[in-house]
Amino acid sequence: MELLIGTKINFMGARRVAFGISLAMIGISIISIIAHGGVRLGVDFSGGILLQVQSEKSLPAQDIRSTLEKMGLGDAEIQQFGRESESIIRIGQSKATPELAASIVKALNADHPDNPTTLRRRELVGPKVGSELRRTATLAVIFALIGMLIYIWFRFEFMFGMGGLASLAHDVVITLGFLSITNKEITLSIIAALLTIVGYSINDTIVVYDRIRENRKKMYGKSLVDIVNKSVNETLSRTLVTGMSTIFVLIILFFFGGEVIHDFAFALLVGVLVGTYSSIYIATPLVVDWQLSVDARRRSRLKAAAGRA
Amino acid sequence: MTPKMRWQAILVVLVVGLCAWRASYTLRYFSLDDAEKAQMSPEQVAALEQNSLKLGLDLQGGMHLVLEVDKEGLPPSEAADAMDRALEVIRNRIDQFNVAEPSIQRQGDNRIIVQLPGLQDEERAKNLIGRTALLEFVPVEPAEQVDVVFRSIDRALADTMAAHGELQDLPDAADPGYQAALLAREHPFSSRARYIQTVPYFQETIVPWAQQQLARLDLEALLPRDAENTLVPRVRVGWSEQTVTLEDGNAYRPLYVLSRDALMTGSVVSTVEVRPGLDEDNPNSPGVSLRMNREGGRTFAQYTGAHVGDYLAIVLDGKVQSAPVIRDRIPAGTPASITGGFSDEEARDLAIVLRAGKLPAPMTIQEERTVGPSLGRDSVAQGVRAMVIGFLAVVLFMVIYYRLSGALAILALVANLFVLVAVMSILPVDPKPALTLPGLPGIILTIGMAVDANVLILERIKEEMRNGKTIRAAIRDGYDRAFLTILDSNLTTLIAAGVLWKFGTGPVKGFAVTLSIGIAASMFTAIVATRVVYDSVTTKWSLKRLSI
Repeated sequence: MELLIGTKINFMGARRVAFGISLAMIGISIISIIAHGGVRLGVDFSGGILLQVQSEKSLPAQDIRSTLEKMGLGDAEIQQFGRESESIIRIGQSKATPELAASIVKALNADHPDNPTTLRRRELVGPKVGSELRRTATLAVIFALIGMLIYIWFRFEFMFGMGGLASLAHDVVITLGFLSITNKEITLSIIAALLTIVGYSINDTIVVYDRIRENRKKMYGKSLVDIVNKSVNETLSRTLVTGMSTIFVLIILFFFGGEVIHDFAFALLVGVLVGTYSSIYIATPLVVDWQLSVDARRRSRLKAAAGRA
Repeated sequence: MTPKMRWQAILVVLVVGLCAWRASYTLRYFSLDDAEKAQMSPEQVAALEQNSLKLGLDLQGGMHLVLEVDKEGLPPSEAADAMDRALEVIRNRIDQFNVAEPSIQRQGDNRIIVQLPGLQDEERAKNLIGRTALLEFVPVEPAEQVDVVFRSIDRALADTMAAHGELQDLPDAADPGYQAALLAREHPFSSRARYIQTVPYFQETIVPWAQQQLARLDLEALLPRDAENTLVPRVRVGWSEQTVTLEDGNAYRPLYVLSRDALMTGSVVSTVEVRPGLDEDNPNSPGVSLRMNREGGRTFAQYTGAHVGDYLAIVLDGKVQSAPVIRDRIPAGTPASITGGFSDEEARDLAIVLRAGKLPAPMTIQEERTVGPSLGRDSVAQGVRAMVIGFLAVVLFMVIYYRLSGALAILALVANLFVLVAVMSILPVDPKPALTLPGLPGIILTIGMAVDANVLILERIKEEMRNGKTIRAAIRDGYDRAFLTILDSNLTTLIAAGVLWKFGTGPVKGFAVTLSIGIAASMFTAIVATRVVYDSVTTKWSLKRLSI
């Protein structure tokens, strides 16, 4: 079976349109993040307590909330799944104490004696650790990006490194934007997802870059736009096959992986889609435009030199 | 077949075979149910577990704690090795939980990470680990002193009860219960106790009452004082941590009258061992053997020499853990043995107390993550289900798209999973890398991304064939050309995984490990292993058509 073989799509011709779309998506992402007052940080980064409880029968969120309100915890966040029998309760830093989880479960059992509730998971993050994790997570993303810039610079050219870096930053910002729009929390596993996206997207980008490197030797004298277009077209079927198999797996993960992995899979799904798009429409065209402007400058300098002579 | 190809084939078969064999331990271990485990000997189960993939705390249930040692307020000489002592103390305490593979790691210059897999009783663990404890060896006051203390408690309590109108009216003097009632009225405290070898024991049911009475009296003011130092009483009272069942079948708790000043604190303890055969009267029951440092040994020798027959209490945080009688002088340099018909558990508990000594500095819990075993099981079940379905989806897709070559790519994927599981189960780093909850999607993602290497090769071969090359030449060039791309793209992903490993904690680190091994394994199976198959097939038969 063959799909998208021998295509001659003029990808580079549409690069201005793609830049426009990407700028718009980045704009929307940033506006959403600002409108939400920054990215929504999970317990890992903001500090506080998270507890996951399971009741024998369904225990609606409003019932849990009324118990929490009696304890002075009315501002807790409650998230439910599995026929309302399983809930995640988050309590902010200011009210978090180590004993809180046990006393919440006790209070729930006292209010609903016929529906026993048990504690399945508890996470407590102190304010110091929260701010440290925030810092290391930010550093991790930045170092990963710099590491890749250096690698591509070393294996290809500086220009390619910068193109790759820009497309990765693009992927990260847009994925964060999607998470912000859908009001998802940034947790440690979301950071892991972001770095995986960075890894996947650069993987994709390098396949195209690699082909450009190869075709530049083969097609000496041809215009860069032609070379790049040919390279993207030649690798298109691979991009499609790998992208599709990864996305299949992610969709399955999203639906069957369980609640805890849900957001992780969502972030990856968005990131893989955006990352595939950015390899073709951001990473590569940026290199083309940069190279073209360098060439143009060199030509005008040569012309000026010739004029003086 | 060229010799090089033959060697490659042997290598591939060997590596994949070995990995499949290693991975079979994991498969066997996780497919056992509790009944089957019960039928096997504990050694067999332990051997299987040892050889199989380790699950992270978030999958098997357990507790992850980050403690911070507060060094402020410690003199510099003590602050310097406060962390070492804290680590030692925690290690000692944790050994007692019977947790299979606890892990204690130092992080930075004031943090300690404690991982207790499979731990059930988190509250107890947290209390025992996080507490700043003070261990003392305190002389138990002689019987006369107990008398003095109890008499003054009786007097004060009788007065207080009278003032609150709580005293019972006395029956008629001729009544048979008169004497007892009078005793209870005049000695409301001491009359409630039973005395065994001069130590007062209170029945467990009235201990709360006794504690309340002591709390409402100004006990400090009642206790006897030294002639020269009248500010602080020279004795104190301490409840026992344990209860004792006496011959009437009821549980009793001793209340000790102790000297105010400890003979020494837990800092003199150097080694503690639980050992059998220390007790002549009970040769089968274990005792606790205790060694002290030079200074402690000297003090101990002096004291025991002068106080044979007296009791010496081991007090942790004001609670008497044990009050052995001094049988003999214990010369400096010889270990003291503490015996008393202990059960294994009792001896162990006493050893915990002695070893734990006192924490060098207060510790606070900065981070805690606890996952119950049921949630871990559910996560594994869901993860495995997602993995199976995801794998089937990829199989279907690859076979439809690449037919036989796709099937070969799938075989490579299976080999890839074997290698991944095998490497993770034998990697000799400490702590052994564990499969964590984020690591499950890491594996699933590896499935998705590992096909990429195959896809790159297969697409390249197709391309070379379209350019009119023979099948063998197309395969050769396809692999050669795709190799660089695969190397570059996988190395960059490894950079991301490396950063994750460096900066991540716990579960995220597990994800990074899984991803890295998966990538490395996929490069081997996709580039080397499948090549061997193509090479051997194309040298044996001259193919007219490649199923791709």
